[in-house]
Amino acid sequence: MSKIQKAFSNGKAFIPFITCGDPNLETTAKVVRAAVEGGADLIELGIPFSDPTAEGPVIQSANIRALAAGTTTDKIFDLVADLRRDVTIPLVFMTYANVVFSYGTERFVKRCREVGIDGVILPDVPFEEKADFAPICEQNDVDFISLVAPTSENRVSMIAREAKGFLYVVSSMGVTGVRNEITTDLASITEIIRANTSIPYAIGFGISTPEQANKMAQTSCGVIVGSAIMKIIAKHGAESAEYVAEYVKSMKNAVRAANV
Amino acid sequence: MKKGRFGVHGGQYIPETLMNAVIELERAYERFKSDKVFNDELEALFNEYAGRPSLLYYARRTTERLGGAKIYLKREDLNHTGAHKINNVLGQALLAKKMGKTRLIAETGAGQHGVATATAATLMGLECVVFMGEEDVKRQALNVYKMRLLGAEVVSVSTGTGTLKDAVSEAMREWTNRVSDTHYCLGSVMGPHPFPTIVRDFQAVISREIRSQILLKEGRLPDYVIACVGGGSNAIGTFYHFIDDKEVELIGCEAGGRDVNSFETAATINTGRLGIFHGMKSYFCQDEFGQIAPVYSISAGLDYPGIGPEHAYLHDIGRARYVPITDDEAVNAFEFLSRTEGIIPAIESAHAVAYAMKLAPTLERDKIIVITISGRGDKDCASIARYRGEEIYE
Repeated sequence: MSKIQKAFSNGKAFIPFITCGDPNLETTAKVVRAAVEGGADLIELGIPFSDPTAEGPVIQSANIRALAAGTTTDKIFDLVADLRRDVTIPLVFMTYANVVFSYGTERFVKRCREVGIDGVILPDVPFEEKADFAPICEQNDVDFISLVAPTSENRVSMIAREAKGFLYVVSSMGVTGVRNEITTDLASITEIIRANTSIPYAIGFGISTPEQANKMAQTSCGVIVGSAIMKIIAKHGAESAEYVAEYVKSMKNAVRAANV
Repeated sequence: MKKGRFGVHGGQYIPETLMNAVIELERAYERFKSDKVFNDELEALFNEYAGRPSLLYYARRTTERLGGAKIYLKREDLNHTGAHKINNVLGQALLAKKMGKTRLIAETGAGQHGVATATAATLMGLECVVFMGEEDVKRQALNVYKMRLLGAEVVSVSTGTGTLKDAVSEAMREWTNRVSDTHYCLGSVMGPHPFPTIVRDFQAVISREIRSQILLKEGRLPDYVIACVGGGSNAIGTFYHFIDDKEVELIGCEAGGRDVNSFETAATINTGRLGIFHGMKSYFCQDEFGQIAPVYSISAGLDYPGIGPEHAYLHDIGRARYVPITDDEAVNAFEFLSRTEGIIPAIESAHAVAYAMKLAPTLERDKIIVITISGRGDKDCASIARYRGEEIYE
C-alpha cells in the first residue's frame, strides 16, 4: 500500500501546501514542522517555478519571492532530507513539468525516493502526457498523483482508474486562490471516482475558511489548502510558524468534525 | 509520428481543466478544415477583407545594392492590420464562431496579434480580451490604443518580466477560468496541440502563394526562403509548402538581442535546450533548474523564450537552419530597406532582411532569395528613433 494512504487513516485529512523557500528555506523548515504540529496529515511542498501557469496571484508571488531568495531544486532536496529526521507524515512535491524534466526525470524521482518524498503532483501534465513521468515514478515507489477538474466529465473514470496515492479533485474553474463560494457539482464527480477506484480523493483550489473546509470534507476524504497558507507567510515572513500552526489546527478541527 | 507531435516536440502539457477544451477544438478543426463552406468563407475573408493574395515583389534596388542573389519580398505587411497575424486570426475566429463561442481571448507581444484578434472579433461580433505584458504596453502604446478603439479590452500583465511569455501565461489562466463560451485565439505556432497545427495551416497560405507567384515570375522555385522566428508563425507559413522541396533552403532568423553570448538574447535554438512549457515540449531559454529565462530583444514580437515545436523538429532533422540576428543588425536592416526600397519593415521582419543582407552578396546573380516581410514598421518607428538616440512624439 502507498505510504500516502496513511494520511487518510486519521479521519478526514487536512493537506496544507507550502511553497519552499518563501521567504527562505529556514522559514519553510519551521513552517512545515509547525504544520505537522498543528495536525497536518500530508504536506504538499511546492518547488517554485518561474512561470506557474496554474497558480493565482498569491502563489505566483510566493514562487517569485522563493526564486529571488535563491531557492533551487537541490536545496529543496536538502531541506526534505533534514525534515525527514523528525517528520514522518507523507510529503509530496507539487511543481511544474519543466522543473522535473530539466533536472532529468529519472534523477529527480530517484532523489525523491532517497530523501523521502512519497509523491509528485505536476498540474501541467494531464493523463495523455503522463507516460513521460508516471512509469519512472512507479519504478521508484513514488506516487504520480493525478488531478480531475470540473470540466473533466467523461475523463474522470479513465483518470481515476489509473490514479495513484490520492486523487486531487480541483474544486473550481480557473487557477489556485481563495474563493468566496465553490459552486461545482462535486457530488457527481466523486460518485464517478468511487465507482472507479478505492484510493482516497482530496479537494483543493479556493478553500480558505474552516466552514468551507468542513463542507468540502463532507464529500471527500480530505481538503487541500494552499493560497490561504501562503497569504499567512506573505504577511508574517520569517515569523510565520506559529500562525501557520494555529491555522492548520483550526482547519484540521473543521475537517475532523466532518467525519461521518 | 504520434498525434500532435513533431518528432519529440509538441504534445499537450496543460492543466486537466483545459483538456476537454483542446479536445473539442481538435474535433471541430478536423471537421471544418475539409469543409467546403468553411474554406470558401475563409477564402472570401482573405481576399475581400484582408487583401490577399499579398504581393511577391522583386526588390530590384535591394538586389543591385547587395550585388548578388535576386531578392523577392513577400509583402505580408500589406495585409489588413499590417501583418501576417490576420491570416491565423480570421481562421480561428471563424472556427470559434462555428463552434458557438462568443468570446475571444488572446496574448500579444508587439500588439500585432492583439490588433488582428480585436479586428476579427469586431468583424464577427465576438467579445475580445487581449493580454499584454506591461513592458509591451509601454513599448507599443499605439497598438494598445488601436485594440481599445476596436472595442477590445486590453489587460496589462505585470507578472514575471511583463512581456510576451507572461501574456501567454495569463491568457492560459483566463482560459482555465472560462472555457465554455471562450476560444483562446493563440497567435503563434506554439502551445498545446492542436494550436501549432491549426496556426500553421492558416499561415501556410504564405508559402502557397509564394510558390505559385515565383513559378509565374521565374519559372522555378527559390533557392532560399528567409523569415524571422519568435514563436514562429510567419516562418512556418513561409516554409510549409517548401518542406518537401529539398533544393529550397529554409532559414529562420532568431532574435539575438544584444548578443547570443549574453543574457540579453531571445535566440531559443541557438541558446536554449529541450524543455516543457506553455503546453508543449520544445526548446526553451532556461537555467540549469528549468526556470524559464527572462529573455530580451529589441523586438517585442520575437521576445519569447521558446519556439514552436515544428521548428524545433525542422532544426533536429536539419531541414531548416536557425540563425541569430542582433538588435544592431536588425536596426541596420530596418533602415536599409526603408532607404533602399521605400518599404519600412516591422523590426521583427528586419531580422530576416538582416540575414539576407549577409547572404545575398555571397551568392551568384542567378540565385533567388525570398524574404517574408511579416509586418510593417510603423509601430516601431518611435523605438528605433530612441535606439538611435532621438526622442519623437506622436
